[in-house]
Amino acid sequence: MKTNDLILQTATKVVVFIIILFSWHLFFSGHYTPGGGFIGGLLTSGAIVLLLLAFDLKTVLAFLPIDYIKMTATGLLIALLTGVGSFFFDAPFLTHTFSYVDLPILGTTSLATAVLFDLGVYLVVIGVTMTIIQTIGETE
Amino acid sequence: MNNLIILPIIIPLFTAIILIFFNKNIKVQKWISAIASFAGIIISSVIVQRVHESGIQTLAVGNWKAPYGIVLVADMYSSLLVLTTSIIAFTSLLFAFSTISHDREKFFFYPGVQFLILGVSGAFLTGDLFNLFVFFEVMLMSSYLLLVLGSRKIQLQESIKYILVNVISSALFVIAVAYLYAVTGTLNMADLSVRISEMGQSGYITVLAILFLIVFGLKGAIFPLFFWLPGSYQAPPTVVTALFGALLTKVGVYSITRVYTLIFYHDPSFTHQILAWLAALTIIFGAIGAIAFWDIKKIVIYNIITAVGVILFGIAANTPEAVEGSVYYLIHDMIIKGALFLLVGVIIAITGTSHLRKFSGLIASHPFLGWMFFIAALSLAGIPPFSGFVGKLKIVQGGFEAGEYTIAFIVLMSSLLVLYSVMKIFIHGFWGEPKEELLVQKKSPKGLLIPIVILIALTTAYGLGVEWISPYISQAADTLLDPTIYIQAVLKE
Repeated sequence: MKTNDLILQTATKVVVFIIILFSWHLFFSGHYTPGGGFIGGLLTSGAIVLLLLAFDLKTVLAFLPIDYIKMTATGLLIALLTGVGSFFFDAPFLTHTFSYVDLPILGTTSLATAVLFDLGVYLVVIGVTMTIIQTIGETE
Repeated sequence: MNNLIILPIIIPLFTAIILIFFNKNIKVQKWISAIASFAGIIISSVIVQRVHESGIQTLAVGNWKAPYGIVLVADMYSSLLVLTTSIIAFTSLLFAFSTISHDREKFFFYPGVQFLILGVSGAFLTGDLFNLFVFFEVMLMSSYLLLVLGSRKIQLQESIKYILVNVISSALFVIAVAYLYAVTGTLNMADLSVRISEMGQSGYITVLAILFLIVFGLKGAIFPLFFWLPGSYQAPPTVVTALFGALLTKVGVYSITRVYTLIFYHDPSFTHQILAWLAALTIIFGAIGAIAFWDIKKIVIYNIITAVGVILFGIAANTPEAVEGSVYYLIHDMIIKGALFLLVGVIIAITGTSHLRKFSGLIASHPFLGWMFFIAALSLAGIPPFSGFVGKLKIVQGGFEAGEYTIAFIVLMSSLLVLYSVMKIFIHGFWGEPKEELLVQKKSPKGLLIPIVILIALTTAYGLGVEWISPYISQAADTLLDPTIYIQAVLKE
């Protein structure tokens, strides 16, 4: 018999967005305050796990049709390419740079290429976590 | 600024990532991984030549200077090992193409191999102790995958053992690094060496030297710590065993060599003496195992252990001759172990069994295979025209110079037992009357023979062309014998 988890599902629908926003906040603030790609990725996958708890695997796959293994590989590729990018500027592997840019709404912001590396980490963490959880969840 | 020496790390990483995207398309996977590992051979030969012409190459990753950032260091020793690694990788891949089953190939076998190569090359090239740990983990995690992939019962059983041992040794590694960092305040190997020689090798440092010996001994299978190896290496398909046998234990041996010649070399009467006796016991126990078994895979596996002992004795004796011999022997051993495991794989593919008493008379139907095995066996034992000779000769000579008569004698005796153990395979498996059931399974192993031919040709060339190779090897030995060369190249003083 299927139990009625209306309260859980409704609460999840609200909470998931807050968690994801918080995880992005952690991700972007990693350069100056505690946070970064690893914890950001864990928190995002935490939000997806909450979805998995409230709904089931099929439902979540239906509105997040992501191949998490490919996502891991994409993350690795991004991280590697930010390292290789330095080759074109005749600098050693993984040399990062930054500059201050005037953005329309945010004002003067320092944009660092290390963020791109962190984006790779972020994707890898989500991909690996979700692959583990989905694989264990699917196994009978 | 020298991005060349990071290519042996980047190429397998990039290939592995690309292969993940193509995990269903086996043909593309095979082509990409073959091309990438062939490119690896070319790149690492270029590095060897570059190091030979203009000395040690370093790369400060991320443009952070030596003791503060991670430095990659390609001296002759590590670049020769990287070259050998890429040759082994290429030949094993060729062998894997026709032996690995489709369900394994679809579940990330080739990315696993590439990650393994990445870990091994990284471990050889790094100049930072914690980075060495990270590359060890990259290598070990891909070896867990390759070991368990296919999930037969024996593989599951042996991977639990293997993972347990390696998790414990990795934890010990972290603890050892933490202690060393607490004492010296640095993790860069060259900087460590400088600081330890400034403060003198106290008892505390000697304890750490032994702790590192235990850690790397667990990875490299020296005497009391080799218990996990025979079982774990028997479980996976032969090509995986070939990769493990040729590369994984050698990374442990390389790390022992590196730390005992670069960092902990101030109190050799204690540390190197212990290493010498452990090496002797390793040789003895490896030889006992090799002659005791009638399973061809087990025989070759125990020969890995013997060889680890021989190489480490060369380092422990610490004379110019012995160190040079150990470099010769390490490279010879990587190639010949690869060749032997692939040969064993072909024999198993033909006969369907690895038990020596169940087949005989293979020479009648497979003469080429038989004589290649014969050459590999002579080469392994160190018969003069082949590659095992020079290394062992120099190690024994160095052992006598260092006054280690007993252990040098053990090395000599071990050759006899090693020869006996592989000749046993040749005599019982290849000679004699062909057994009846063999005539039924007369598969033609043509595609499987190409990688073996490459390796056997290489080991023969290595034996015959010693004159030509010796400047490279002696350059490697010079760096090992005189740490200041390494330190100056890294710290640019």
